[in-house]
Amino acid sequence: MKRLLSILMMIGLLSFANRGFAEDAQVETSVPAAVEQTAPAPKVDTGDTAWVLISTALVMLMTPGLALFYGGMVRRKNVLGTIMQSFIALGVITIIWVLYGYSLAFGPDVGHVIGNLDWLGLKGVGLDPNPDYSATIPHQAFMIFQMMFAVITPALITGAFAERFKFKTYLLFLVLWATFVYFPLAHWVWGVGGWIRNLGALDFAGGLVVHISSGVSALAAAIVVGKRKGYSKEPMMPHNITMTFLGAALLWFGWFGFNGGSAVASGALATSAFVVTHIATAAAALSWMIAEWMQRGKPTALGAVSGAVAGLVAITPASGFVGPMSSIIIGLAAGVICYMAVNLKSKLGYDDSLDAVGVHGVGGTWGAIATGLFASKAINSAGNDGLFFGNASLLSSQLISIGAAWIYSFVITLIILKVLDATMGLRVDDQSEFVGLDHAQHGESGYTL
Amino acid sequence: MKKIEAIIKPFKLDEIKKALHELGVNGMTVTEVKGFGRQKGHIEFYRGAEYDINFVPKLKIEVVLPDEMTDKAVSVIQEKAKTGEIGDGKIFVYPIENIIRIRTGERGDAAV
Repeated sequence: MKRLLSILMMIGLLSFANRGFAEDAQVETSVPAAVEQTAPAPKVDTGDTAWVLISTALVMLMTPGLALFYGGMVRRKNVLGTIMQSFIALGVITIIWVLYGYSLAFGPDVGHVIGNLDWLGLKGVGLDPNPDYSATIPHQAFMIFQMMFAVITPALITGAFAERFKFKTYLLFLVLWATFVYFPLAHWVWGVGGWIRNLGALDFAGGLVVHISSGVSALAAAIVVGKRKGYSKEPMMPHNITMTFLGAALLWFGWFGFNGGSAVASGALATSAFVVTHIATAAAALSWMIAEWMQRGKPTALGAVSGAVAGLVAITPASGFVGPMSSIIIGLAAGVICYMAVNLKSKLGYDDSLDAVGVHGVGGTWGAIATGLFASKAINSAGNDGLFFGNASLLSSQLISIGAAWIYSFVITLIILKVLDATMGLRVDDQSEFVGLDHAQHGESGYTL
Repeated sequence: MKKIEAIIKPFKLDEIKKALHELGVNGMTVTEVKGFGRQKGHIEFYRGAEYDINFVPKLKIEVVLPDEMTDKAVSVIQEKAKTGEIGDGKIFVYPIENIIRIRTGERGDAAV
């Protein structure tokens, strides 16, 4: 079975390579051909391209940032296993994005739910602008910018099953989840012809596609995978909050590319998204800290950085559509709402170890609702007005899209995990969980004497 | 020869080291330890989860001395480590059978 799989993969790779080479040749010949055509050729804007490429690098940095953010929150015996679950998404998702992921997500529409296979192996995704997605930058710049989103999203889910998931199963989970949850959802919301995009729901940088999808899948995962051994009986404190802090700082930094870059251009809209991203994050760091201070009596560092991440999550869908004052309200509310959600976890009895549900699921849902409340055409004429700007219809589109993303992510993730559980097993054995993933799964230690 | 082993509050280390140095003690081993005694632990919060911390972080210092310096060293440590609150720690004094300096092979008081 294993051998068969690897042979199939090799054949697949080779055939893609052939397509790729054919495509390279096409690119060279197509450039002079385009010049001869009479229709005005789309022109690459260097400023836009520079900003999107830099944003791509910023978003790339978020995945290692997430690795540190999560890595600091687990016990020391699991630090490398946790870091690897985030980091290796850069490897796996990059390859499948090139092979078929980009085509499924953004390729020519099939029935408003998925892209077709025309862009398999990036066939036809060249260096000329694509009028649908990237009118002023090379199509490949848009492709790789979007790739980084596809990379970090499944990594976010790992917070729900930290310290107990089998690495081999995780690799396959990455492939299945991206294929059956992320690519379709990205197409619904961002692909030309996607039904949520047609519905008029707004998601600037991934409230639905990234945060609701990962946060809700995290809920399904926490339920299916089950609690860590000894959960709520023995202490499971974060082993290195300074590491978590560094991760949060990288996330905040990278998020300027995540939201600012989602303008897919350099200029007014990118600036507006950049500004409100920062403001909402600052507000949420304060409000989580204050909420915790009032309830528990101490303002914690982990609380402040968790609040910052909650603010980043919440402003994500709204970032291209709201103004600075709205972003303060969105951020303040995000910190408090996510703090309450995280506290609720222990009452509900599931072990979402690093609060992927409470921060990404709940924060993303609040952000998508807030977009329906605070969006304003004065900020982005291509957007819409929200409820507080005299238009109730946007909010109803937002609610439909939220419901769809919740149900779809939850159900498909549940099915994927049930199948993996029955075939490969989801969890490491008890002994491995006891000694820790670092030693049991990876044969190394994060720290030596 | 005696060995003095003292469990102290971590922030008292510098004061004790300085006082012992003035007394003529020119070597010391310090270890970070955790434990509990009459001082109860405390509660820490991580994202709303409460953890009862039973083991309190302390420092253990170890000094080996000729017999005649022992009493003075003990009283210096007691004086400097004291805050008057529960959790100031304890001092243990042990007899030492022999000491060997690895580099030279010196033994006994000469090796202190």
